[in-house]
Amino acid sequence: MNKKITLALAGLVSLAVSGVAGAVDTRARFMAANCSYCHGPNGKSHGAIPSLAGLEPGYFVDQMKAFRDGSRPATVMKKHAAGYTDAEFEALAKYFASIK
Amino acid sequence: MTLNRRDFLKTSFGAAGLAVTAGLAGCATTQTGSAGPKVVVVGAGFGGAAFSRYLKMWAPTANVTLIEPNAKFTSCPYSNTVLAGINKMEDITHPYDYLKKAVDNFVPDTVTAIDTTKQTVTTAGGRTFAYDKLVLAGGIELLFDKVQGYDAEAQKTVMHAWKAGPQTATLRKQLEAMPDGGTFVMSVPMAPYRCPPGPYERACMVASYFKQAKPKSKIIILDGNPDIASKKPLFVAAWTRHFGYGTDNSMIDFRGNNQPRAVDVKKMMVSTEFDDVKGDVINVVPPMRAAEVCGLAGVRDGSGGNWCTIDYRTFESKVVKNVHILGDSALTNFPKSGSVANNTGKMCAYALSEQFAGRPFDPAPVVTNTCYSGTGMGTAFHVATVFRWDEAKQSMVPPKDANGISSAESELEMAFMESWAKNVWADTLGLPESYNFTAKG
Ligand SMILES: Cc1cc2nc3c(=O)[nH]c(=O)nc-3n(C[C@H](O)[C@H](O)[C@H](O)COP(=O)(O)OP(=O)(O)OC[C@H]3O[C@@H](n4cnc5c(N)ncnc54)[C@H](O)[C@@H]3O)c2cc1C
Ligand code: HEC
Repeated sequence: MNKKITLALAGLVSLAVSGVAGAVDTRARFMAANCSYCHGPNGKSHGAIPSLAGLEPGYFVDQMKAFRDGSRPATVMKKHAAGYTDAEFEALAKYFASIK
Repeated sequence: MTLNRRDFLKTSFGAAGLAVTAGLAGCATTQTGSAGPKVVVVGAGFGGAAFSRYLKMWAPTANVTLIEPNAKFTSCPYSNTVLAGINKMEDITHPYDYLKKAVDNFVPDTVTAIDTTKQTVTTAGGRTFAYDKLVLAGGIELLFDKVQGYDAEAQKTVMHAWKAGPQTATLRKQLEAMPDGGTFVMSVPMAPYRCPPGPYERACMVASYFKQAKPKSKIIILDGNPDIASKKPLFVAAWTRHFGYGTDNSMIDFRGNNQPRAVDVKKMMVSTEFDDVKGDVINVVPPMRAAEVCGLAGVRDGSGGNWCTIDYRTFESKVVKNVHILGDSALTNFPKSGSVANNTGKMCAYALSEQFAGRPFDPAPVVTNTCYSGTGMGTAFHVATVFRWDEAKQSMVPPKDANGISSAESELEMAFMESWAKNVWADTLGLPESYNFTAKG
């Protein structure tokens, strides 16, 4: 293996470490960003829409399910909640709970 | 021997199973900053700004150059409230200062040439930038020559106000100067156009101003579409409740299938196939297509050469490699909205950050739209949709129940709309938590 390729691979490995092994769920992070045009960057809201940062995960998932099945009345959240799976609710809950 | 960027890119893309050739031009301006892939972004509107900010968060080694001629960001969302007199221009205008700090290079200039073979972009100021990935987020081009008489001279009198800024301020002044009992003539372009509910919201906002300041005045809506193109039951209910729609005394006169064909500024008249309509203030939004900059890159391939086809998973052009198209310029199932431009900007940043890290694309991306509309009477309502990749349809479509409109206008949704505006501005431009927003419901 020549030096160039070794170096290139080394670069890849370091990227992979910073990107994945640090346990950042990049898909959850992206899906959480779907919410931020309403709930604010990092789930920290300006104004009447509630903030999501730091919500307790169990509470978060319950709310999403309640929006989806209509048991919690909502203006927009029934439609938004209907677009995600239960596993995605869990991943989103974990992500928002991790924001200080 | 050191690793050069081209090898790095080839190897990392190779790892993701993708063949990419990174072109480098010898004559280009040196881009300062991070040493990773060179990403050049054209336009710091909702799409380009959100993309740039999120790409730097998710792929910090990417070298992001953002090119935008405007000194400040002026928001189209909420610009109709300026026409109503609820907000002023400064309430919908925000600084680029925070965005500038987030990217490697912020270039206050206009892109005038693109070479997709050499992979370079050139500006009016004569600077050339090399790219590995080019992101076009230039919004829309307005086609004045599709309306007879809508020349440079006529454009001094007839506003479109479909790009927020001086046009919005001038239209507000014209409305203020109009006598009570006057007629405001406004138009709606044929779909697809920027912001499907925007024209009907504009009618509400101007009517709310007339109701309070010039109650004998009228609004004539000339719509190129056969009928109200967005949130129809909610707009009809609001017009009926607040502005006498459906009675002999209606302030709003809606005329479908009435695309403006000509304007005559001397006579202050708009002509459609059926009508010649006179107004004291005339507001014609001409037909539109993907931004000029998409034409420069040869990516306006869709819908009769007007819009840009893209791969939903990456927002890459279907006809030119390494060129990605965001926001209103793209031909998609999504409405052309600020929410979509912001959200798809992040989706493209996600796809590229995964690609730069040597990982495969998300096989099932999700993206959303929400458009709030205000009535000008302290209430608002929305349309909201979640879109998910559907492998069978090779498209993004709403799952069951993930699409719909408000049950009715409400004051609660006015508060949410105001909150949405502040949050989408903050999210797009990186405005801090302490930022002092002045826009109100
Ligand atoms: C009256 C009105 C009301 C609206 N209300 C809403 C609403 O309530 N909610 C909502 O979600 N959406 C709303 N919209 C729609 C929203 O404004 C657009 O969908 C959104 O701006 C699209 O974002 P974009 O990034 O594609 O384009 P833009 O935001 O228009 O940004 C394009 C940028 O590219 C720059 N640019 C163009 N060409 C070049 C070049 N050659 N070189 C460098 N820079 C260039 C421009 O200066 C501009 O800053 C409204 C629109 C209007 C007109
Ligand atoms: C269009 C704006 C909008 C979007 C996009 C949006 N939300 Fe909401 N969210 C709201 C509003 C408004 C409420 C208040 C309930 C209602 O009226 O729908 C809310 C409430 C919530 C709540 C309840 C908070 C609490 O304290 O009880 C949760 C949880 C939530 N949203 C999660 C999400 C997630 C997760 C996403 C992204 C997948 C999302 N929202 C996207 C507007 C939005």
